[in-house]
Amino acid sequence: MGDLKLPDIDYGALAPMLILFGAACLGVLVEAVVPRARRHGVQLGLALLSLVAALVVVILERNTRIVTIGGAVAIDGPSIFLQGSILLLGIVSLLLIGERSIEAGGAFVSQAAITVGSQKDLRQAGSSGGATEVYPLTLFSLGGMLLFVAANDLLTMFVALEVLSLPLYLLCALARRRRLLSQEAALKYFLLGSYASAFFLFGVALLYGYSGGVDLASIHAAVADPARSEVLLFGGLALVAIGLLFKSAAAPFHVWTPDVYQGAPTPVTALMAACTKVAAFGALLRVLYVAFDGVRWDFQPVLGAVAVLTMLVGAILAVTQTDMKRLLAYSSIANAGYLLVGVLALNKEGLSGTMFYLVAYGFSVLAAFGIVSLVRDAEGEATHLSRWAGLGRKSPVLAGLFSFLLLAFAGIPLTSGFTAKFAVFGAAVDGGQTWLVIVGVITSMLLAFPYLRVVVLMWLSEPGETTPAVSVPGFLTSAALAIGVIATFALGVVPAPLLDLTNDAANFVR
Amino acid sequence: MEQVEYAQATGLLSSLWLLVAIPLASAAVLLLLGKRADKWGHWLGVLAVAVPFVLGLAMFISLAGLDEEARSAQQSLWDFMVVGQLHVDFGLLFDPLSGVFVLLITGVGSLIHLYAVGYMAHDEGRRKFFAYFNLFVAAMLLLVLGNNYVMLYFGWEGVGVASYLLISFWYTRPSAATAGKKAFLMNRVGDAGLAVGIFLMFTTLGTTQYDAVFSGVGALSGTTILIMGILLLLGAAGKSGQFPLHAWLPDAMEGPTPVSALIHAATMVTAGVYLIARSNPIFSANLTLQTIVVSVGALTLLLGCIIGAAKDDIKRVLAWSTVSQIGYMFLGVGLGGGAYALAIIHLLAHGFFKANMFLGAGSVMHGMHDQVDIRRFGGLRKYMKWTWLTFMMGWLAIIGIPPLSGYFSKEPIIAAAFEREGWTAWLFGLAALLGAGLTAFYMTRLFVLTFHGPARWTDDIHEPHESPYIMTVPLMLLALGSIVAGGLMASPVAHWLEPVLGPEAEDLHAVIPHWLITVLSLVITVLGAGLAWAMFRRGTATAPQPAGVVVTAARKNLYTDAINEAVFERPGIYLTRALVYLDNKGIDGIVNGLAAGVGGGSGRIRRLQTGFVRSYALSMLTGAVLVVGAFLAIQLGWLAS
Repeated sequence: MGDLKLPDIDYGALAPMLILFGAACLGVLVEAVVPRARRHGVQLGLALLSLVAALVVVILERNTRIVTIGGAVAIDGPSIFLQGSILLLGIVSLLLIGERSIEAGGAFVSQAAITVGSQKDLRQAGSSGGATEVYPLTLFSLGGMLLFVAANDLLTMFVALEVLSLPLYLLCALARRRRLLSQEAALKYFLLGSYASAFFLFGVALLYGYSGGVDLASIHAAVADPARSEVLLFGGLALVAIGLLFKSAAAPFHVWTPDVYQGAPTPVTALMAACTKVAAFGALLRVLYVAFDGVRWDFQPVLGAVAVLTMLVGAILAVTQTDMKRLLAYSSIANAGYLLVGVLALNKEGLSGTMFYLVAYGFSVLAAFGIVSLVRDAEGEATHLSRWAGLGRKSPVLAGLFSFLLLAFAGIPLTSGFTAKFAVFGAAVDGGQTWLVIVGVITSMLLAFPYLRVVVLMWLSEPGETTPAVSVPGFLTSAALAIGVIATFALGVVPAPLLDLTNDAANFVR
Repeated sequence: MEQVEYAQATGLLSSLWLLVAIPLASAAVLLLLGKRADKWGHWLGVLAVAVPFVLGLAMFISLAGLDEEARSAQQSLWDFMVVGQLHVDFGLLFDPLSGVFVLLITGVGSLIHLYAVGYMAHDEGRRKFFAYFNLFVAAMLLLVLGNNYVMLYFGWEGVGVASYLLISFWYTRPSAATAGKKAFLMNRVGDAGLAVGIFLMFTTLGTTQYDAVFSGVGALSGTTILIMGILLLLGAAGKSGQFPLHAWLPDAMEGPTPVSALIHAATMVTAGVYLIARSNPIFSANLTLQTIVVSVGALTLLLGCIIGAAKDDIKRVLAWSTVSQIGYMFLGVGLGGGAYALAIIHLLAHGFFKANMFLGAGSVMHGMHDQVDIRRFGGLRKYMKWTWLTFMMGWLAIIGIPPLSGYFSKEPIIAAAFEREGWTAWLFGLAALLGAGLTAFYMTRLFVLTFHGPARWTDDIHEPHESPYIMTVPLMLLALGSIVAGGLMASPVAHWLEPVLGPEAEDLHAVIPHWLITVLSLVITVLGAGLAWAMFRRGTATAPQPAGVVVTAARKNLYTDAINEAVFERPGIYLTRALVYLDNKGIDGIVNGLAAGVGGGSGRIRRLQTGFVRSYALSMLTGAVLVVGAFLAIQLGWLAS
């Protein structure tokens, strides 16, 4: 038996993930030792602190370009940029998750295991406590996402996928209001997520059979060798892609999205729409650009068809939605399609444009869900569209901000939505994917209709009896809203600094 | 092509900007102060033109003191616009050509402003009238003083606005409002041509500065010059009421009479002549272009004469006469060479005698309860001595009786027309000669019917009165100008303009000797005048009588309005209707259909979102099979090939 050779480990490069995982474990201990009354403050402080610390480390490590821990993790331009984005968006999501002033005890139930409708549940509904386990769960999930975008072999990627997904399944089930819907959403997400994971894992197996390795570099090398089985290669590529497209909410693997977005507590929906999207597309970019660079002409048309389908499904179905969260879910699906257009440009501009889009969209969608969490009545959030009629008369500032965000989703100039779409569409035209851009522009026009319908509803309709009150946002939500709206505006007016940053970062290492 | 360079403005000439700024500031003051300025506003208005006149005269004299080659002064005030390659100065240029225009505009302008103080005395909007009048003077001065085509265009649009405001000054009258719109719309056509011409200049030469354009024009192809020239001509024809854009000018007489005199006789309508004379390096560079200009001029001058002979409204006769006289000027600038200066001389002389007659007509109307029908005048010479005498000077001047000014300015243009090459000399020469005879006829008709013969007044008039001195004194001064201006100006002005327009005219090779042309034109003038005198000495019927084909056609403006209507207006209306129909039924239909389709499709596809995990899983599986299948299909296809 020879010496067991330990791989080199660059702890500096791994530190952001280590900090989050460490803080998450600490958070579990906090649950055990800190008195219930003080847990919320301690947990929120700990989580925010760890996220900020991780962000600082990412910024310090910004020039690191290394493949470490035995080829399992690649810290390069895209992974540093995407990790930074996930952490920033994560901080804003955490502000929404930590808000407790809108509703006593926050958006989360304290004992999710209690049967819905039982005597105990009724007592619990009145209490002011809320689950503080959400903070370590969020940290685990965010840590998984950081690993997901940096994973340099498919097994690490799979582990990261599970680490980021399992806490999300739990978080989805923790809604204080409409608990059955929330639990149903969590279960659906878990079942379909596991199903997708199975696809992913099977794909990894096929690719191992094809190349004799699971790391992206050896797959890349194998692709260049014409003697190997093409069936294994493309079967594996297809199945791995399906696993990632599921997380990205691309059609026809989007089916979970509307139900889960609607059922999950709104702050968790925001987290999924912003951070999970960054993670999923980060991983997709890495797999396609690093491992399957050599067969780009083969997967481009198939994934292009997926992108077209995604844009069409998102845009067309958004038209008839009557629930604000479902509307935003379909919008998120359509945006996954636009992101795929950027990914399929398969050039440097595509990579940087997609990363820009992820950040721009993340901030806008966080602010949008932040506003959704404010419009409520005695039953909780009032998400049915008819309830938003005349909101502009009652709360002009809030309605104005939401209108601005909807215009950003519609891609109107002077908002980040315009610059982001411009970046990915421009890259796709350069990459010879004009047909995707044509579909993208047409579906953008389609999508403008449901967005503008909401704007019209808010401003031009008479407020009805049932128009809900708008809660005064607490400090945390206000901060999240301000960050989201300012970023949406700033990235629309002066996108150059972030575009430069994404351009500098747009180089993978193998 | 020779280089064109302008010297920098120095000394007095560096205050060039004041010429434009003073009337502009006065207009702003009059408009902003509102009713507070009602008492003294008109005097400010007069002053705001008189001061630039004095200033302009001083500048003119100081320019004359310079060496002949150095007689130009340009001044860049600031960067007007800088967009990419386009760099436009806000720059002014004072050279012999713009100098004479400045004197005409401010000189005749001062007199007409003075006259208007009396004419508009009873009008409530007098202050506003003077504000617009000052605005016009400022814009007109900018037009002639600019040192590039964009400045010219700026002034061009400015005078258009002022003209529109003043034509429809009595906007409560539907006819005045309509005339204003008509003038505005027809001018748009010409202005669009001018604008495109300037764009073309910029794309081919990269500049719009006069000096650079004129220096570079030699390098352009003949076709480019032709197109550029036609576009400029279109602008010139629109502003100057030349065929085919002449129809607005007679209608513009709906404005107050001082407006007709200043804007629609003496100055603005001659802007087209200025444009062509200023652009002489462009127009001289292409023979076809010159022929087009000459043809437009000759056609318009005959058109104006013939229609003018059949009209009964005193101001419209004068308006058609203006159209016809500007036709002579176009003929002059089209002939090129020495005739450029002849056209400018005729323009200056015309400025005096036509303003004189318009103001005379205003004076007649003033005394006759705003009656304008010459069939209802007659015998007025006994009641309006000064108006009669001064109008007579204008009449004799326009028909070209020596030694009044028209003789010195018009006869050389007729002679120059005979100097063209080949058969066109006969065509244009005879047209100009015929025009002289017709002019004599219709102007004599106008004069005799108004001031001589039996009185045919409407019943409400008992004793027509002469106008006050504030109106007759400008008339006297303008009459003096009508008498002497031509004789005094003819040869010095031609010499003065040499640096801009090239050498003076010389007798070249006219198809008939010059003395014979002179005799012929005098004979035909006397014949025309005598015929009219004989016909109308004893007055005429008080209402139009049935007449032959030619007169009927002339009364209907030779059907040019009908042609405009048939060629442009009706197709325009039909096109609009067709587009509206297409928009409603076609485009809206498609859009609405698409929206309904998307909505319906959305409603149907929505049912696939059942909420059951099993169907979701099935949908994912289907998708997975399709994706994997697609990959493998591509692969197998690839293997097969």
